Amino acid sequence: MHVDNMLFTFEKGARKIQLSYVIAKNDFSKAGTVASNIKKTLRKLGISSDIIKRVAVASYETEMNVIIHSHGGKMYLRIDLEKITIIAEDEGPGIEDVEMAMKEGYSTATSQIRELGFGAGMGLPNIKRCADDFEINSSLGNSTIIKVVFNL
Amino acid sequence: MKLRDIQKIINAKVLTGEKYLDNVIKTAFACDLMSDALTFKEDKTLLLTGLVNPHIIRTAEMMDISAVVFVRGKEPDEETIKLAKEIGIVVMTTENILFTCSGILFMNGIKGAELARR
Ligand SMILES: Nc1ncnc2c1ncn2[C@@H]1O[C@H](COP(=O)(O)OP(=O)(O)OP(=O)(O)O)[C@@H](O)[C@H]1O
Ligand SMILES: [Mg+2]
Repeated sequence: MHVDNMLFTFEKGARKIQLSYVIAKNDFSKAGTVASNIKKTLRKLGISSDIIKRVAVASYETEMNVIIHSHGGKMYLRIDLEKITIIAEDEGPGIEDVEMAMKEGYSTATSQIRELGFGAGMGLPNIKRCADDFEINSSLGNSTIIKVVFNL
Repeated sequence: MKLRDIQKIINAKVLTGEKYLDNVIKTAFACDLMSDALTFKEDKTLLLTGLVNPHIIRTAEMMDISAVVFVRGKEPDEETIKLAKEIGIVVMTTENILFTCSGILFMNGIKGAELARR
């Protein structure tokens, strides 16, 4: 995991934090380090454990999708007074049929990936379940952008 | 049931986390795919798996699961143990197969974990 940029601003007591992370394609040695860092950051801020767990699961699934299915990308953690936002933006190849990708059990993971324990096709549905608000934007040949919001 | 009692009844060897063996376990689930694990609700939960790699430990970390049992005599590599030690997760390994382990635990009052729903 590589923390790329950190921004902390406190304006009139209003908390605003942004952290960004760089994720490399197929870098299984660092798998989970982004989600782990996000989890630790939230714990330090004293966020409730129920929310932390939901953010951790969603972040981990998001991070693994970037590692496994994309050419690499970035993840962002944004925290303000009302909400926590996780954003992932990768460098493609994009998803041909997003509706299909959202279905439980749908996966294009190879047998090699499945041997590592991924490819149940449960990642995107898991992210949606954990979130208060979930957006996915993708098409073949383009970036996949995911935005996951958790209300505080 | 305390982890040290679980260790005895499933005949397991503790690979890391000796100091947490007084932690209590109420529920368990068994699976070999990370995202399947990530659909469960943690409630003093034990994870049983035949898959041995550091990703299992990461998955446990995200879910606040405090103990993992590798079945069928599978021994994790150093990296897996190191990560578990760092996070503070108990890791055990047993010669018993998944079915046998699950059966023993169920007979001793450990219940299946519930799915997380919202
Ligand atoms: N960032 C991404 N870029 C390209 N394709 C993606 C991306 N994220 C998901 N997909 C596609 O959507 C499918 C479903 O994703 P999902 O996370 O639900 O399952 P999975 O990653 O295949 O398996 P699991 O998450 O259960 O380990 C993937 O198999 C893949 O085809
Ligand atoms: Mg996935």
